[in-house]
Amino acid sequence: MKPLLAFVFGLVFGCGILISGMGNPAKVLNFFDIAGTWDPSLAFVMGGALVVTAIGYSLVFRMGRPLLANAFSLPTKTDLDVRLIGGSVVFGTGWALTGFCPGGLVPVLGLGTAPIVTGAAILAGILAARWMIQLSYRKTAAEA
Amino acid sequence: MTEFTPLLSFSGGMLIGLAAVALMAVHGRIAGINGILSGFLSTHVNSDWAWRAAFLAGMVVSPLVLLALTGRMPEISVPSPTPLLLVGGFLTGLGTTYASGCTSGHGVCGISRLSARSIVATLTFMSAAVITVFLTRHVFGG
Repeated sequence: MKPLLAFVFGLVFGCGILISGMGNPAKVLNFFDIAGTWDPSLAFVMGGALVVTAIGYSLVFRMGRPLLANAFSLPTKTDLDVRLIGGSVVFGTGWALTGFCPGGLVPVLGLGTAPIVTGAAILAGILAARWMIQLSYRKTAAEA
Repeated sequence: MTEFTPLLSFSGGMLIGLAAVALMAVHGRIAGINGILSGFLSTHVNSDWAWRAAFLAGMVVSPLVLLALTGRMPEISVPSPTPLLLVGGFLTGLGTTYASGCTSGHGVCGISRLSARSIVATLTFMSAAVITVFLTRHVFGG
C-alpha cells in the first residue's frame, strides 16, 4: 500500500515536472539567461508549487501525524553553515552547466542518452560527497 | 529561444506541489528528489528504501502516462555537450548532498515551511546558476 501510493505521488510529481518545462534543459538554461534569451516560465513553476505546498503543508501539519507513518520527518538543522552555502554554490554552478536539477532529470531519464549520462554523474557526485562527509566525521571523531 | 509558457508552467508547478503535499500527508516525508535519490542508493533495503524506489519509478514512467493522456511525448532539448553534462552532473550531486537539498527539497518544500536554511540555499543556487550561465553564454561563449 505504502509503495503503491508513493508510486502515484512520484507519477504526479513527474507529470508536473514535464508539463512545467523543468525537465527541458533548454528551457531551464533560458530561465537563467537573464541577459540573453530569457524565458521567465520557471518562475511560474516555483509560484504554482509554492502556493499549493505552503497551503497544503499548513493543513497537513494540523493533522498531527501522517496517515501511514508515526511522525512527520522534518529537517531540524537551523544553522546557515559553510556546507549549506558552499554546497548550494556548487549545485547552482553544476545545474547551469547541464540544465538538469535532480527533480527535472528523473522524469526524462527514459528520453535520451543525455539524461542518463547526467544522471550517472549526479549519482557519482552524491556518492563522492557522502564519502567525503563521512571521512571528515571520522577525522573529527579521531581528533576528539 | 524557448516559448514563454506561464499557464502550463504554473499548472505543472501546482502538480509538483500536490505531490509534495500528498507525500507529507501520507508518508510524512519531504519531497526532495536529491534526498530520495541518495536514500535509494543506500545499502539498507528497508521500507524507507521501498517508498523511495516506488516514488522514483513513478517519476520515470510519467512521460508514458502523459503520452497516453495527451498523445504527445514531452519535448526535451539538451544544449550542453557530454563533457559539460558529466562535470555539471557531478557538481549537482556533490553540491546538493553538501547542501542537504536541491530545487525540490529546499526550493519547494523548505521555502513552504519558511525554513531560513532553504530560503538562503535557494537564493544561493539560483544566483550561482544565473552567474554561471552569464559567464558561459556571454563572457566565454559565442
